[in-house]
Amino acid sequence: MGPRVTIIGASLAGLRSAEAVLAALPQARITLIGAEPHLPYNRPPLSKDGLSALVAAGGDPTDMKAVFCGLTLRHRLPEGAVDWRLGLRATAVDAARQHVLLSDGTTLGHDWLIAATGLRPRRLPFEGADDRRHVLRSFDDATRLAAALRPGVKLAIIGAGLIGCEMAGTTAALGCKVTLIEPQCQPMLAVLGPRVAAAMAQLHRARGVDLRCGLSVAGLLPDGLRLSDDSRVEADVILESAGSLPNVDWLSGTGIDLSDGILCDNTLSAIGNDRILAVGDVARFPNPLFGGSPRRVEHWGMAGLTARRAAETIAAREAGRAPGTTFAPLPGFWSDQHGLRLQGFGIPTIADETRLIEGDLAMPGTTPCIVEYRRDGRAVAVLGIAAPPAAMAAHRARLERALSETVPA
Amino acid sequence: MKIDVDTSLCLLHGQCVIAAPTIFSFDDQGQLHWIVAADESLRADAEAAADACPEQAITIGA
Repeated sequence: MGPRVTIIGASLAGLRSAEAVLAALPQARITLIGAEPHLPYNRPPLSKDGLSALVAAGGDPTDMKAVFCGLTLRHRLPEGAVDWRLGLRATAVDAARQHVLLSDGTTLGHDWLIAATGLRPRRLPFEGADDRRHVLRSFDDATRLAAALRPGVKLAIIGAGLIGCEMAGTTAALGCKVTLIEPQCQPMLAVLGPRVAAAMAQLHRARGVDLRCGLSVAGLLPDGLRLSDDSRVEADVILESAGSLPNVDWLSGTGIDLSDGILCDNTLSAIGNDRILAVGDVARFPNPLFGGSPRRVEHWGMAGLTARRAAETIAAREAGRAPGTTFAPLPGFWSDQHGLRLQGFGIPTIADETRLIEGDLAMPGTTPCIVEYRRDGRAVAVLGIAAPPAAMAAHRARLERALSETVPA
Repeated sequence: MKIDVDTSLCLLHGQCVIAAPTIFSFDDQGQLHWIVAADESLRADAEAAADACPEQAITIGA
């Protein structure tokens, strides 16, 4: 009999983990626990064309179902290879007995536990107006939001991160009157740095978004919001996109550091309990490409990469070997806003300098722009705005070579 | 092994070119090219490319 592997979280990272474990250990007995009732689906389109499609479906059940089918993740799990348990959550872990307590009151034993529980949206600290307030993480969130959106609707988006900015673009195109509110002085400042963020602010304003930076929400009003400068924003619909929190409460009491996701070593084993591994958004692990400080990476592509790494670790330990060579994945992300593609590689957040390689940031969208981010004079990220994909692939390869040189052999 | 890319779904993220450069490439005009009938030894690379595609545009057949 193969080892019992329990995966908590049945979205992209959980699904890819099941595939990778089964590929490495065909005898593994895998249970996949998912809080949502749905089969695993692709989330990025929910702030882009998926949302537009849901709005266009107008509540028609057949059309809504077709939208969901388009989002469903294809997978390579043979029929019957995995015990799917959807609509269930893990509520606690007994690390000593190696079992998980589930929301239906049952317990489930494991040899290996993979945490793939992802993120939840951070909510505004106010009570009330529940019928107007929305978040966007799940398909059901998107369905509820889509039902409230139509041309002319006044939408206030709180938080101009990637999702808030994508939603500003998507909903402006749908004819909504969009106000985008951001406490920092530019949108996406943490992700893009000040120069590129300023260029993107200009783009959003040029496309009709009422972007208000340096302001936060001070309170809810019957017809909208009051901001920190006492100004008012009318809003029929409020979208809270002010960041997210890792879903790790169920691991409380295991002794694992949960201060920002799940603190892991480079094998993705939780520090303090190597029977527990973490993948996707919740995995905080050291990446030697970037100096080895443990970080969480909330990008779509990291789900698949961490899933493979976790499966390698389990397979190696089952075989009595040490897990293989160092895990040094290069993060990559993309965003679509107002018809423009942003594509980035590396970690722009840690840069202390940006250098324009190509294009003109004064006019984003009119010419392709490519920006390199540096720290201590070395490239740590590259970002393209409407840049040719072949050029970005070449820049990515160059960046990976440069970063790899810094990794100790 | 047959590799199919649904070009109506493809948004040229280039993730397949990164994951499996022996199978997928861009030409100078930015068009995607790939080996349609690839050797079975490339299956792991092809699967990595299919997994990496944010639009799920890549399918791998027998």
